[in-house]
Amino acid sequence: MRLLLVEDNERLAQALVEMLSLDGHGVDHAVVISEAREFASTVSYDLILLDIMLPDGDGRDFLQELRQSARDVPVIVLTARSEVSDRVSVLDLGADDYLVKPFEFTELEARCRAILRRRGGAATNIKRIGNVEFDLLGGVLKTESTRVELRNRELRLFEVFAANQDVILSKSKLVDRIFAGDEDVSENAIEVYVGRLRKHLRGSTVEIITVRGLGYRMTSA
Amino acid sequence: MNIQGSIYRRLMLQLVGSAAILAAILFLLFQSFARQLAVESQDTTLQASASAILESVSVQQGQVVADIPYAALAMLGNVSDDRVFYQISLGTEVLTGYEDLPRSLDDTSWTAKYRGDPIRLVKVSRSLPINGSLTTIAVTVAQTQDGLAQKLGEISRTAILIGLIFFAVATILAVWAARSSVRPLNIVAAAVSRRGPADLRPVTTPVPSEMAPLTQALNAFIARLDRSLSQSEDFIAEAAHRVRTPLATVRAQAEVTLRRVDKEENRVALKQMIRAVDESSRAAGQLLDHAMVAFRTDHLERSKLDLRAIIKEIVERQTPIADLKDIEFVQTTAPDCIVLGDTILIQNALTNIIDNAVKYSPHETVITVTLERKGAEVVLTVADQGPGFEADNIDALTDRFARGTNVGQTVGSGLGLTIANEVVKAHNGTLTLTQNTKGSGACVTLSLPA
Repeated sequence: MRLLLVEDNERLAQALVEMLSLDGHGVDHAVVISEAREFASTVSYDLILLDIMLPDGDGRDFLQELRQSARDVPVIVLTARSEVSDRVSVLDLGADDYLVKPFEFTELEARCRAILRRRGGAATNIKRIGNVEFDLLGGVLKTESTRVELRNRELRLFEVFAANQDVILSKSKLVDRIFAGDEDVSENAIEVYVGRLRKHLRGSTVEIITVRGLGYRMTSA
Repeated sequence: MNIQGSIYRRLMLQLVGSAAILAAILFLLFQSFARQLAVESQDTTLQASASAILESVSVQQGQVVADIPYAALAMLGNVSDDRVFYQISLGTEVLTGYEDLPRSLDDTSWTAKYRGDPIRLVKVSRSLPINGSLTTIAVTVAQTQDGLAQKLGEISRTAILIGLIFFAVATILAVWAARSSVRPLNIVAAAVSRRGPADLRPVTTPVPSEMAPLTQALNAFIARLDRSLSQSEDFIAEAAHRVRTPLATVRAQAEVTLRRVDKEENRVALKQMIRAVDESSRAAGQLLDHAMVAFRTDHLERSKLDLRAIIKEIVERQTPIADLKDIEFVQTTAPDCIVLGDTILIQNALTNIIDNAVKYSPHETVITVTLERKGAEVVLTVADQGPGFEADNIDALTDRFARGTNVGQTVGSGLGLTIANEVVKAHNGTLTLTQNTKGSGACVTLSLPA
């Protein structure tokens, strides 16, 4: 996915860019509205993450500008203001969703995914691994003979594996990725989901291998 | 001067009181004038009568002869049944008439008491030469005052009637005057009190010049209030922004770092850090919401709300979060669920209830949202398959900062249900916490008058 992040707080932006990049997304970062305007007019983005309070103006004005120019790119507003009236006003201006800072990264991901799914995802979101076809937005896993709709957690786990092929991933890291921060789960919980994925992948050339004492690794032939 | 109480009543009392005093004065003046006129007319008659008698007195051969003309006494008898007395005296000697009639030294008219009745007397005199010397002949004619009293009684009744009519007319005018003086006050009062809580426009109702300073002061006050409200709103928004932005930075950085580090103790520390950030940001958000709710419940801005649409919107927004835990929403909503309420408050309350259900639900469970019309009430039920409420503190959960002991690791401020409960109460509804009857879990039931 190609994303534009408009955020004036450097450190927050840096962290978000890093997280999004780790997941394999291409991210451009604009600090001010004028910069964002330039980016948006030259690159076709899948999604824009837009802060409201920016040094050279109100993010909502930029949002309005986008909508008036008939560019239908999905926008998620990142706001530090929690008042209901503010939230309503950004949705009225044509934002697809909003997140109140501070937010959980998994929530950001979940909202991005939900919007893209709602908007009808592009074909580019279909990934091939081995002989498996993986529709990231639809959450569908196709092998030569089977078609499975993954549940949300299975999907996210598969996504993590797919973005880190041939890399050993520890159970604790996988737990971080698919459970909410305040959920009290043991690392063994991940075994249930790995088990389910293995079942879905049965008969394909993609395999999730247990690396004793270290975690799991996904390989494809 | 006591400035409390009704201006209208005071004005009325003053005007009607003045009218009463004026009516009384009018009555007294009228009566005394009438009495004076009556007495004068009696005096004139008595004078005429006495003069006629005096004219008839002559001296014939040294003898005083009085030939009292009939008309002289008859003119007195015409008036009424009053008795008439007379006396003719020569010097100090009474020649004829009533000897014991009160006397006066000069020619005059006066009132005296005679045989138990008040009488009016007139004395006239002239000098006659008798036997070569001038001697004074005096005639006194008197009349009782029954006729006068009767006439005065009639006049008094007329005077009372006139006084009463005057009083009645004055009272009607007083009511009209008082009403029309107070009307501009009432118009301004109505214009100000009819306003919604958020209406801080200046008062533009036309007012009389005496009230202009008051409305000017009121408008200045409204402008100050407006300024200070928007300042404090800006301040809260700014404060939230200042707090939330660095918290967001810390959280994001901690999450990035968590992905990089492997050492278990570092990971635990980072997770605790993230948790602390979540707790403080959630608490800050809920405190702001709670303050907003407390403010708005005092001045509800009611409008017709379609609960079905609101629920649908909230559920839609919570779905990505629920998806993260593979929680499924099952919605059953009836179409005719319209309530009269404050949209921001109701949205806030419902969000809190549904957000709670998502937070406390284990993964791969179902949250059932049912909205139905039950008679004169709209009933929303949100049931989850989480740990449920503990039976022994179920009533305390709507208290401020109260949380169940079975919440585990879930981040919360203890204000969510408090906010929901306060909002529901302000809308004359009820919030009931029970155990989910279908299996385990919590069930929140909210009813609002339709």
